[in-house]
Amino acid sequence: MARRTFSIGGVHPADSKISRDCKLEILPTPPVVYIAVSQHIGAPAVPVVAVGDKVKTGQVIAEPGGFMSAYIHSSVSGTVKSIGPRKDLSGNNQVVIEIAVEGDEWVDGIDRSDTLVTEIPQDPKAIIEKIKLGGVVGLGGATFPTHVKLSPPPGKKCEMLIINGCECEPYLTSDFRTLLEKGEQVVVGTAIIKKALGVDKATIAIEDNKPEAIDHISKVVETLKAKSADFAGIEVMSLMKKYPEGGEKQLIDAVMNRQVKSGGLPIDVGAVVDNVCTALAVYEAVQKNKPLIDNSVTVSGECFPHQANLVVRVGTPLKYIIDYLGGVPESAAKVISGGPMMGKAISNLEAASLKGTGGILFLTREQTKRMPESSCIRCGKCAEACPMGLEPFLLNRLAKAGKTDELEANAVQDCIMCGCCLYSCPAGIPLLDIISQARGQVMGIMKARAAAAKAAAEAAKAK
Amino acid sequence: MTTTIIWTIAIISGLGLVLALTLYLVAQRFKVVEDPRIELVEKAMPGANCGGCGFAGCHAFAESAVKAPNLDNHFCPVGGNDTMKQVAAILGYEVKEKAPMVAVVRCNGTCENRPKVNEYDGSLSCRVKATLYSGDTGCSFGCLGCGDCVAACKFGALSMDPKTGLPVVDESKCTACGACAKACPKAIIELRKKGPRGMREYVSCVNKDKGPAAKKACAAACIGCGICVKTCTHGAIVLENNVAYIDPDKCKLCRECEAMCPTGAIHGVNFPKPLDKDAVKARIQERQKKAREAAAAASEAAKAAAGDPVVNKAEVKVIKKEESNG
Repeated sequence: MARRTFSIGGVHPADSKISRDCKLEILPTPPVVYIAVSQHIGAPAVPVVAVGDKVKTGQVIAEPGGFMSAYIHSSVSGTVKSIGPRKDLSGNNQVVIEIAVEGDEWVDGIDRSDTLVTEIPQDPKAIIEKIKLGGVVGLGGATFPTHVKLSPPPGKKCEMLIINGCECEPYLTSDFRTLLEKGEQVVVGTAIIKKALGVDKATIAIEDNKPEAIDHISKVVETLKAKSADFAGIEVMSLMKKYPEGGEKQLIDAVMNRQVKSGGLPIDVGAVVDNVCTALAVYEAVQKNKPLIDNSVTVSGECFPHQANLVVRVGTPLKYIIDYLGGVPESAAKVISGGPMMGKAISNLEAASLKGTGGILFLTREQTKRMPESSCIRCGKCAEACPMGLEPFLLNRLAKAGKTDELEANAVQDCIMCGCCLYSCPAGIPLLDIISQARGQVMGIMKARAAAAKAAAEAAKAK
Repeated sequence: MTTTIIWTIAIISGLGLVLALTLYLVAQRFKVVEDPRIELVEKAMPGANCGGCGFAGCHAFAESAVKAPNLDNHFCPVGGNDTMKQVAAILGYEVKEKAPMVAVVRCNGTCENRPKVNEYDGSLSCRVKATLYSGDTGCSFGCLGCGDCVAACKFGALSMDPKTGLPVVDESKCTACGACAKACPKAIIELRKKGPRGMREYVSCVNKDKGPAAKKACAAACIGCGICVKTCTHGAIVLENNVAYIDPDKCKLCRECEAMCPTGAIHGVNFPKPLDKDAVKARIQERQKKAREAAAAASEAAKAAAGDPVVNKAEVKVIKKEESNG
C-alpha cells in the first residue's frame, strides 16, 4: 500500500532526531519563574494576584481576558515579586508575573500520583469547562485555546478528531517521548476530547520515522478498547515522513483526503486537530485536576553535548534550562526556540519558557550560514515546495513592491510560514522573512476592514 | 512603374487624411472637459509625485485642490509656502503659511553608544527585521539600521552613515514629504519644524524602557529622569512613558535642557556657537538658588501672617480630645 501523505508541496529535510533516546526528565524547579500573561493566541489574560501574594502550584494567577483567551496558573509555589514588562525571547516587552519560588506546595485537589484513570466523564459540557479551567492551549505551536477549539460554532459538525503525533520538525522529540512514555494518558486524553466533541472517530497520526511510537500506541489502543467502549473508534495511522505534515491543513489532507478552503477552518471539512501533548494536557486537566503548568521541551543540536527531553515548569528562564544541561556550547552560533524550520531565533536567553515552548536548539555557524542572495531565476522550486499551493516567488516580488491588494488576491494570508520555500530556494532569497512580513501587513488590513464592516453593519442596524 | 508609385502615394495619403479626419472628429465628439485650472495648478507644483501631500501625485492634488472650498486640507510639503502661494493665486484662495519642516532622526544609537548583542543575518529590510525581533542591540525601540528610510526617500536626502550606522538627513535636500517617517517601522523619524535659521532642539531617543534598562542598552538613551522637565522654564518638555519630548512650538531654544541632560540624549543643531555646558549649568544653579531663597522667604512670610502653626496644631488636638471625651 502506498504511504499516505498530503498532496501538494512539502520538503524532506534530514530529521536529525538525535535526542530520540533521551527519556523525559523532570527539570528541578528554578529559583524564580516569569509567567507571561499572553502565551496563547487571542486576548492576554488578566492577572488576579497582587505583588506580595503567596501562591501555590496550580493556583490561578490570571483569568481569560476575553472569549479567545485562557486561564494561567502558577507553575510553582512562592511569592509574587512583580507584575510588569520584561523582555521576551525576541527582545520585545511582554507583561509577566514574577514569582520567587519557596518550596513546592500544590493546590488541594490535584492528583499527583501516576495511576491511570480510564473512566471518562460523560458530559461534554463538564469536560470542556474542566479543560477551560485547566488553561489548556494547543501545544503544537499555535497555542490556540483548546476549549474554544472544542466548541464548534453552531451548524458545524465534527466528523473526525485527529491527534497530531507527526512531529515533522527536525530535531524535536518531545512529542515522540510523550507518546512512548505517556502513551496511555495520551490515548485516554484522545477519548476525552472525542467525548467532548461527540464524534465517533479519532485518528492518532504518527509519521513512519517513529515506528516504536506507532507500535506502542497501537498496543495501548488495543488494550484500552478491550477495557471500555469509550475507546471505540480510535485508530492509529502511519504517515509518510514529509515536512510540514504536522501542519493542521496538511494533516487533514493526509488523513481524511479533504482540503480546507482558503480562509476556512478545519471544522469546515469536519475535522478537529489536536497535538499529542494537548491530549496529555487534557487528560491531566480532566482526570487529575492538574492545570497546564508544565510541558515537555527538547534541548538538542549536534554541537550540544547533553541533549535531553525535559519536563519544564511554565515560566522557567531559558538560561536556567540550558545551564542545567551544561550551558551554551562554544561552537553554537544560533539558539532557536522550537525546531529549525519554524522556530524563532532567541536573542535574549534571559527570557522565560511559555506553554508553547517545544524545543531549544543549538546550531553552529556552518549550519545556520545563509547562502549569499542572488536574483530569482524563476525555477519554480518554491512554488513546487509550498504545501499551501502559493507562489512564493510572486509574493516576494509583490511584497517588495508593497502591493497589498495583489498580495491578498494571491492569498498571502494562507501562508503557514513553514519555510519550505526558503528551504528550497537555490538563489538564497529570504522568501519566508519577506512573505511573513507581508502576510502580517495584509492580515492587519483584512482585520481592519472586517472591523469597519462590522461597525458599519451595526450602525445601519441602529438606524 | 511611375503610375504604381503615384497610385501608392495617393492611396496612402488619402487613407492618412481620412483617418486623421476621423480621429479629429472622434476627439471633438468625446472630448473630456477638464477645468483648465487643474493644469495650471499642476504646472505650479514641483512635479515630484512623491505623495507627501497625501494624494496619489501632483495631478491628484491639483484636481482635489480645484474642487475644495479652501486650501486648509491641501499643503505641498515639497514646494512649501512659495508653491502654495502660487496655487492660491491661481484658485483665488487665501493660504495660511506653514513653518517649514524637516525630517529628524530620533535615535542616538551609534555603534559606540549602543553595542551589538547579537548578529542579524536575515533580509536587509527594517520592516522584515522588525517583525522578526527587537533588533541586534539591547534597545528594542531604536534604529534597526537597514535603511528602509533611505530607500523611501525620493529626493536623495537620506543616507546611512557607515560610522554610526544611523541615517543622516541632508537638510538642504529634505522636503519633509514624510515618506521616511512612514517607512520606519520603529517610528523614529519625526517631521519637526525647521526652526529659525534651522536651529532646533530635540530629544534624540524614543526608548520607553525604564532608566536602568535604557541606559544598559544605550549610553546616550533618554532615561526618563525628568531633569530636563524641571529645568525648562517654558513648559516645553513633557515626560511620558519614560521618554522626554520637546514641543517645538513652546521651545525657546535656550539649550538649558541640553546642558543638563545626564546622557546627552538632547540634541541642539545648527546653533552658531557650541554649547558651553558649564556656563549654562552655573546660570541655572544661580537661578534655582534665588528661587529657593525667594520661596523660603515667602513661606516665612506666610507663617508670620498665619501665626505660629505649632501652637495651632496643639490647640486642634486639645479640642479633638475634648470632643471625644464628651
